[in-house]
Amino acid sequence: MIRIVDLHKSFRSQKVLDGVNLEIEDGKTTVIIGRSGGGKSVLLKHIIGLLKPDSGQILVDDMDIVKLDDRELNEVRKKFGMLFQEGALFDSMNVAENVGFSLREHTKMKEDEIRAVVAEKLRAVGLAGIEEKMPSELSGGMRKRVALARAIAINPQIVLFDEPTTGLDPIMLEAINQLIIDTQRNFGLTCIVISHDVESIFKIGHKIAMLYEGKIIEYGTPEEIRRSTNPVLQQFLTGSIEGPIQVL
Amino acid sequence: MKRIAESLDNLGRSVLSGVEQMGGMLILLISALSWMLRPPLKLRNIIKQMEFVGVKSTFVVVLTGVFTGMVLALQSYHGFRLFSAESLVGSTVALSMTRELGPVLTSLMVTARAGSAMAAELGTMRVTEQIDALYVMAANPIKYLVVPRIAASVLMVPILTAISDFLGILGGYFVGVILLDINEGIFLDNIYKYVELEDIYNGLIKAAFFGLLLSVIGCYKGFNTRGGAEGVGMATTEAVVIASVSILVADYFLTAIMF
Repeated sequence: MIRIVDLHKSFRSQKVLDGVNLEIEDGKTTVIIGRSGGGKSVLLKHIIGLLKPDSGQILVDDMDIVKLDDRELNEVRKKFGMLFQEGALFDSMNVAENVGFSLREHTKMKEDEIRAVVAEKLRAVGLAGIEEKMPSELSGGMRKRVALARAIAINPQIVLFDEPTTGLDPIMLEAINQLIIDTQRNFGLTCIVISHDVESIFKIGHKIAMLYEGKIIEYGTPEEIRRSTNPVLQQFLTGSIEGPIQVL
Repeated sequence: MKRIAESLDNLGRSVLSGVEQMGGMLILLISALSWMLRPPLKLRNIIKQMEFVGVKSTFVVVLTGVFTGMVLALQSYHGFRLFSAESLVGSTVALSMTRELGPVLTSLMVTARAGSAMAAELGTMRVTEQIDALYVMAANPIKYLVVPRIAASVLMVPILTAISDFLGILGGYFVGVILLDINEGIFLDNIYKYVELEDIYNGLIKAAFFGLLLSVIGCYKGFNTRGGAEGVGMATTEAVVIASVSILVADYFLTAIMF
């Protein structure tokens, strides 16, 4: 289980996280919603140790990752996979090298075994047979799917998704949502998804948390979130420019 | 009064920023050295970078070396002819190439070609989150990206310098002996007489140091790129400018110590 306790982070004078408390349930998908620039990605980067908080704890299986040194943190990171917003595929490597990267780095698997795992993961994301293509030859949706195959290649327990559907057409958006649902279910993963796409969050989330002004202001099941009377949350869900969130 | 205060403020900020950057480069270098000693060495990555920094820079270094030697022979011939010392053209070209022009011009060429590419490549990787992806996949980017570039530069710049030295002298020979009709025996004899082995290997040591400088600066600038395409452009330009100036400044101090 991942537990975030009283997390604070400021960049110069700007307070981004102001006492975040959140529990992520094992084997479920938790969606963190909030406005663009509201600190969602910053929170995600703290969960995987890419950023250090000013104060607070991030407990992964009861181990506070904030206190770990680089080597210990790397051991914890092997439990994680992450899908970055634009995929972050290594553009000097082809698809097979990208997907097999963690396997080559962290396992003693032979090349033909790695090739078999790569093919299996690419099949799981519906992209069988594109091993030799370079990232520059792929469309936006394909890049995200390859990135997902790379994220799950080493069979992580937890997968983080940073705005996985941003910039996709409605059909590809639906395909990626379905892929997240299937991947979570088939591999029994704990997923944390950052999103501000309202339709997607209700489809993929078992739990939804709203981050606003550096704090989690609502947390619950999709039904509870729908029924919430919190005006900030309701303004966000309805996309209204009138309400407590200052737009202009 | 206010204007003076503002100027002092700006000056202070620039000095602080410079010191901060030098500190950052030193930390990057120490970190790279510590990762260099931890197995497994990413030999495949190092060889790939050696090909990029070394093999692919050969053509431009060959051209620079040959023409520098040629123009040096031409200029020194006209100068020495004034007091009938044309026989010194060969040794002048050889000493200038091995001690100074070989290492400095080669390093500047490699900076322009490979140092800029290091900053641009790592900068692009930074802004497209590929460096974060390496961290997430528990692969240290310093070991994976910086160590091979530094190792390749320290190894390949001296080799390129040796090529440049040799071809520069050959260019000088072509102009001096073949075009300007200096006696071949005297030309070569003066080279043997005045050029010590020390001149050659001190030049190569300088080249290795310049390779270290240009790669650390290129990697640091790329690694710390912020913003999008504009940030990558700025990082690349700054890497080339800072590395070129640093090479010329370091050259003075190294020369003062070595010769």
